[in-house]
Amino acid sequence: MNTLIPSEYCLGPASQIPIGEGREFLVGETKIAVFRSRNGGVYATQPLCPHRAGPLVDGLMGGNILACPLHAWKFDLSTGQPVLGDCGLTTYPARVTEEGDLWVEMA
Amino acid sequence: MNTKQKLVVIGNGMAGARTVEEILARGGAEQFDIVMFGDEPYGNYNRILLSNVLNGSQDAKEIFLNPLEWYAENNINLHAGVRISAIDRVAKCVIDTNGAVTSYDKLIIATGSRAFVPPVQGLLNEDGTDKHGVYVFRTIDDCHKIAGYATKCARAAVIGGGLLGLEAARGLINYGVEVHVVHLANHLMENQLDAPAGAILRNTMEKMGVHVHLGKSTSAILGDDSVTGLAFKDGEDLACDMVVISAGIRPNSEIGRECGLTVERAIVTDDQMRSIDDPDVFVVGECAQHRGRVYGLVAPLWEQGRVLADVLTGANPKAEYHGSKLATKLKVMGVELASMGVTEPPLPTDEVLHFADPKRGIYKKLIVRDDQLIGAILLGDSSKAAPLMQHFDHGTNLPEDRTSLLFDLGAVPAAASLLEMPDATQICNCNGVSKGQIRKCVEGGKRSLKMVMESTRAGMGCGSCKALVKDVVEWVCDGQIEEDPSVHYYVPGVPLPKPELVAAIKEQNLKSVSAIFAALSDGVEEVGSKMALSSLLSTIWGADYAEERDARFINDRVHANIQKDGTFSVVPQIKGGVTSADQLRKIADAADKYNVPMVKVTGGQRIDLVGVRKEDLPKMWKDLGMPSGHAYGKSFRTVKTCIGTELCRFGVGDSTALGIAIESRFAGIESPGKMKLATAGCPRNCSEAMVKDVGAVAVEGGKWEIYIGGAAGAHVRKGDLLCVCESHEEVLTIIGRFMQYYRENAKWLERTSGFVPRVGLDKIRDVVVNDSEGIAARLDAAMQKSVDDYVDPWLEAEQPVSPNQFVTTLPMVTA
Ligand code: SRM
Ligand SMILES: Cc1cc2nc3c(=O)[nH]c(=O)nc-3n(C[C@H](O)[C@H](O)[C@H](O)COP(=O)(O)OP(=O)(O)OC[C@H]3O[C@@H](n4cnc5c(N)ncnc54)[C@H](O)[C@@H]3O)c2cc1C
Ligand code: SF4
Ligand code: FES
Repeated sequence: MNTLIPSEYCLGPASQIPIGEGREFLVGETKIAVFRSRNGGVYATQPLCPHRAGPLVDGLMGGNILACPLHAWKFDLSTGQPVLGDCGLTTYPARVTEEGDLWVEMA
Repeated sequence: MNTKQKLVVIGNGMAGARTVEEILARGGAEQFDIVMFGDEPYGNYNRILLSNVLNGSQDAKEIFLNPLEWYAENNINLHAGVRISAIDRVAKCVIDTNGAVTSYDKLIIATGSRAFVPPVQGLLNEDGTDKHGVYVFRTIDDCHKIAGYATKCARAAVIGGGLLGLEAARGLINYGVEVHVVHLANHLMENQLDAPAGAILRNTMEKMGVHVHLGKSTSAILGDDSVTGLAFKDGEDLACDMVVISAGIRPNSEIGRECGLTVERAIVTDDQMRSIDDPDVFVVGECAQHRGRVYGLVAPLWEQGRVLADVLTGANPKAEYHGSKLATKLKVMGVELASMGVTEPPLPTDEVLHFADPKRGIYKKLIVRDDQLIGAILLGDSSKAAPLMQHFDHGTNLPEDRTSLLFDLGAVPAAASLLEMPDATQICNCNGVSKGQIRKCVEGGKRSLKMVMESTRAGMGCGSCKALVKDVVEWVCDGQIEEDPSVHYYVPGVPLPKPELVAAIKEQNLKSVSAIFAALSDGVEEVGSKMALSSLLSTIWGADYAEERDARFINDRVHANIQKDGTFSVVPQIKGGVTSADQLRKIADAADKYNVPMVKVTGGQRIDLVGVRKEDLPKMWKDLGMPSGHAYGKSFRTVKTCIGTELCRFGVGDSTALGIAIESRFAGIESPGKMKLATAGCPRNCSEAMVKDVGAVAVEGGKWEIYIGGAAGAHVRKGDLLCVCESHEEVLTIIGRFMQYYRENAKWLERTSGFVPRVGLDKIRDVVVNDSEGIAARLDAAMQKSVDDYVDPWLEAEQPVSPNQFVTTLPMVTA
């Protein structure tokens, strides 16, 4: 992947992700996790938990808080900050267009 | 201009310094310039640990609660080593022994107590100088002096067989001296123990090498210039070359009397810890007398300090102290002892529970009135002290099963005394959290169990250490643990206990998790509550429940158990552990086809295909053609069976047929915790039915004994005999009814091994077997509806319910 130019990628229809859940996407060679919360948010983060590499998309969401499925570390998806645990997540700006497409910005 | 008031504190001990901490915590630094005077030339230290300093297990440096830097950091002007000789209330100032004068706007007297020295002859030399070898035990300096002298002695006597005397005696042993305790009463620690407990304690002390003399009144200390022995009123004497006097304490209240404050047994205060004579003078600690009582233990002093700080800073001008109940965990090295309330039943109608095992030095006694604990003695094994103290403090009703108050039958091993446990000891074995980490966390201000668990993660693994974590938190908080209100809620995110929550769900016809959040918690979705709410809704509404997959844990979204590497395990149903060549062939083929890294025979008598990729799950289920074994959810799991009458020469009941019937009927039923069952063909119990959530054991005569509440996981508990059934049908009805009662009334994740003792076996038997509440038919019908509504989740292989349900990674669509 070109790491110099910041760019935005279209991941296709947001409806690929059920509301309140996350799905993993491959963007170029990079995997990312994208979540849609019940209060309308859409968030993109690194795919694996910084604790022991749990698959974050299999976690449980409560608003913008995500709990990892393996040992329940918790993260604020909007900032990547840990709510319960020692370190946070890399986040990427994400949005859904009026047509319902999902776009993620990755530097 | 400095608008701050000047606060002067006389006494820099445990109460004085703690009160100042409480004042600072309420923003007192903004309101007051604080000046403290302490007779001892140190910062505040933990007097309770002096016995450790004396016995050499801790260095004096280690017991400081507020080192000198603390005062500097908090802008407190500490005069360490300066004694106040007088208070002038008219001029509002204090005068120290050097004559220096310090004025105050508000004054706190926290002068504590000193050791009481009874009037015996020969305390001093004839010329009035101190006799070498006579000591009291109250301060760091006392410890150093005692230790220094003991090394030169062959034989030491301790006057006083109370807590402090025994601690001193135990400490002296470590210096290689022969130790004698001389006690006036007829048994040791008569304030905290009854006579039999005192006798057992005496025995324990003697085994440690401490000689005990009871009913002895000392009349004189013998020796010129240095101690050579004690003389007693009965004419006998005891040769010794040092003596530690530990005959009680006397409040340091003279300073109050001399400035005109009312002093009875100590300086008299009102409920706000204010002296009754002067609104600007407060009194706290052992020198205070409140409602006629003077306390000699720290817990009450903490409470007093909080009230004083609330009042003085205005944080709560109405705060009041109403007195404390005395519950103490005492610590003589090597002796576990807890005592609270009365030691003998005051009324003939009071209930007394007794257990004595003198050989092992164990004695337990509980005194109960109207289901409430009014007194307890635990000697030699204080593992049950924490819950008992809670009952005692809060006046809560005791459980019906009183034995559980005295013993942990098959529960977590009793921890060694927390005080003796080194900081490095690992408390939580799942998350590797030590006692020291928990202590630091509490000291850092997290004073509730929940906060400590969330920030250290202690107790958040298998949960078996939770009680111990709680003990540590309580110990560090000195019993002043704050209760998180959410412990009473069914889930943390909805502020309702289970019965109210269930009522609200039914009343408002809430069918989905998001509807509950919208209606009952202002629309705020709480992640830790979702699983529990989905399970509850499924129990309440069965097939009418509007399932939202995002409210389910991943295991219940893909009907398999997640593994550490993000793959899943597949455990097909093998009813009663009985399989066939055909099933085994299918399992073997699926294992080959999907490159399953491990095929494992489980402890639940079935076969686990471990390490399956998410996308292979639906395909594998189709190939297997077997229903889900539900090895992943909070639900009915398996029935472990033995051979029974089929072929076993001892079998008296057809355990396999019964097991299969049970598993066929209740497969996959959701519940607050896992339900693991077993049937055994005879009381030899090869399938371990007595340690299952529900176990059926065949007995002669075609009958089945039903055990409930057994466990063999993180805690081990033998199940309780619920009843005896006459037929397979009756077994199915009774256990179905019990399981429904459990589903409706247990807390989230509470296994039957917690539920049964909590609710009480008698109560459960009344409801489930005797139908005392007339709800048996309703319970049966509710269970029947759940059974009817059950659908094998693996059928979702044909029709996934959510987009990309079984996809691990989606490709990017290139525009
Ligand atoms: C596969 C199996 C071990 C084995 O290879 O034999 C097993 C595997 C797991 N057990 Fe177990 N338990 C297995 C039998 C048991 C048994 C014995 C039994 O069922 O006869 C017990 C003790 C009985 C009991 O539950 O009281 C047992 C007590 C536990 C516990 C402690 C439960 C407790 O409340 O004390 C947990 C942790 C929990 O539930 O939170 C647990 C949790 C787990 C989990 C699900 C951990 C997890 O959440 O991921 C393990 C899944 C491993 C995996 O990735 O597949 N497992 N586990 C057994 C499956 C039996 C089955 O066929 O369904
Ligand atoms: C060996 C030992 C073991 C104990 N074990 C336990 C236990 O296990 N559990 C328990 O709850 N309690 C225990 N206690 C009791 C507990 O330590 C006291 O209840 C507590 O220390 C009282 O606090 P305080 O501030 O009132 O008095 P202190 O801690 O005694 O503090 C008073 C301070 O004021 C100073 N002072 C007095 N007069 C003046 C003056 N005129 N000018 C300046 N300074 C002055 C004193 O020198 C002292 O430093 C034990 C006590 C001892 C000695
Ligand atoms: S299978 Fe059970 S005992 Fe073994 S590691 Fe997993 S949870 Fe622990
Ligand atoms: S891997 Fe995420 S919490 Fe452990």
